[in-house]
Amino acid sequence: MDSVLLLFIFVIAAFLGKELISKVPSQLHTPLMSATNAISGITVVGAVVTAAIFAPGTLGMILSLIAIVLATINMVGGYMVTSRMLEMFRKKGDKD
Amino acid sequence: MAINLAYIAACLLFILGIKKLNKPDTARQGNFLSSLGALVGVVAIFFENEVVQSWNNAHSWLHNGILWVVVAMLIGAIIGAIWSKVVKMTGMPELVALYNGFGGLATAFVAISQFMYLYIVWAGRSEGGGPIVMFSIGITVFIGAIAFTGSMLAWGKLAEKVTGSAVVFPGQKAINLILVLGALAAIVVLVLPNVDPATKTTAVIALTAISLILGFTLVLPIGGGDMPVVISLINSLTGLAVAMAGFVVSNTMLIVSGALVGASGMILTLIMCKAMNRSIGNLLFSGFGAAATQSTKGPGAEPKAVSAEDAYMVLEAAQSVVFVPGYGMAVAQAQHVVKELAEKLEANGAEVNFAIHPVAGRMPGHMNVLLAEADIPYEQLKTMDEINPLLPTQDVAIIIGANDVVNPAAETDTSSPIYGMPIIKAHEVKTVFVLKRGKGRGFSGIENELFSMPNTLMIYGDAKATISSLSKEFSGD
Repeated sequence: MDSVLLLFIFVIAAFLGKELISKVPSQLHTPLMSATNAISGITVVGAVVTAAIFAPGTLGMILSLIAIVLATINMVGGYMVTSRMLEMFRKKGDKD
Repeated sequence: MAINLAYIAACLLFILGIKKLNKPDTARQGNFLSSLGALVGVVAIFFENEVVQSWNNAHSWLHNGILWVVVAMLIGAIIGAIWSKVVKMTGMPELVALYNGFGGLATAFVAISQFMYLYIVWAGRSEGGGPIVMFSIGITVFIGAIAFTGSMLAWGKLAEKVTGSAVVFPGQKAINLILVLGALAAIVVLVLPNVDPATKTTAVIALTAISLILGFTLVLPIGGGDMPVVISLINSLTGLAVAMAGFVVSNTMLIVSGALVGASGMILTLIMCKAMNRSIGNLLFSGFGAAATQSTKGPGAEPKAVSAEDAYMVLEAAQSVVFVPGYGMAVAQAQHVVKELAEKLEANGAEVNFAIHPVAGRMPGHMNVLLAEADIPYEQLKTMDEINPLLPTQDVAIIIGANDVVNPAAETDTSSPIYGMPIIKAHEVKTVFVLKRGKGRGFSGIENELFSMPNTLMIYGDAKATISSLSKEFSGD
């Protein structure tokens, strides 16, 4: 794809990301940090693409597969740990 | 076409998810939407051309790239799931740091793999990458590798596997500067046309090594108490690396989600910094905690220590009690016994509140999570701004393993490294009990005047054991 177009998408998304977070109560700082951290795990998508272009058994394939394992840990683990944290806030909310 | 629509759906879900994570009542929904977005994105990638071709080209199951990809994903998912289930609430910041480091390394690997494809597998058969792709590969490796070692060191500091205090040595800044310049030079070599593949390969290896060292040396001078902000900052960097990886493999979803994480993570980092009254530059370069020992004020009077039995006499008569929890409560896993003591105090007619400093513990919101785990009612958790005006009228403050967030030096001692940080003014309460493991200084290494104030009484020992014995006194045995 045209790299200027990609750059355009990047800039717009960065501005959107900046606007998305406004007044976050401090109790949500960590869940928010860990949830956005989980989104970084989407890099697994890039690793799947690089894994696919290599013949199995080559160094590039092995690197990509390690990347897939690491990124999936980041993504699945990140979402689950965030959900565990937020689950505790809910208990508290139920009492209100 | 359908794949691009799926990418748009995934990005929209990420955006909605982050938006909803801003508010306590929609946060769980936000996390769910965001994870749904990730699922949509991961499923969509299996329909991309390169991936489908790899599937079709396989002449036996051993040569089936997709199969290996799915196996790798399952391994990752299982490890991630297990770690998330077994981690204790106190270990949360470490785990997030660990995950973050993995994300950074994975992203760097994606860029290195793409480089290998362009210059090793296709050497001589292709013209290599264009300047934008090569620049993106360079930046992705640079940031991804920094995020990896930086997170690993942050994890080590938080898990107390390495010293939590700031490590400063002469020439540190000069070394960092040289490393940054070296990395930039390597990136220039990558981008320049007419450089032979062997030189470019050397540049990638050098860049990887330099960046790995840099992640380590950048986090080294930062004290343990600042780690949550550092993790948040590195998280934002990982997001940027993901966006750059999107340029490397021409994937719009990676670009959008990476940019979202990068920008929102940066704003979140700034918000956290503000809560600690510190600037990013100050946090990264001042060596917080290391300078503390140079504070001009020597320790004043010797702190007075009392036993739990003596403390009970005071507590028994108290009409109002404020708990100020800190990291020590987390370490001692004392939140459940604290809840028990709070109930007994209430049964005894006292009004009980909890004063939560925004950065108490090892991550923002750490104390909220722990106290919520112990089922302490939401109304009793007061923010710093709510509780401070009430403190002069309170009878007893019980400080459980908190240190810097109640240090009056932040208000009075201009030479203190924490001067200017908003604190919970526990010293204004009539009687202050400080529960502490030992006589040493806290995690940040700063002397606390509060401990030697006339209205302060120290109760040394394990916080959980102390609280339990106070609780037992109330049971009237």
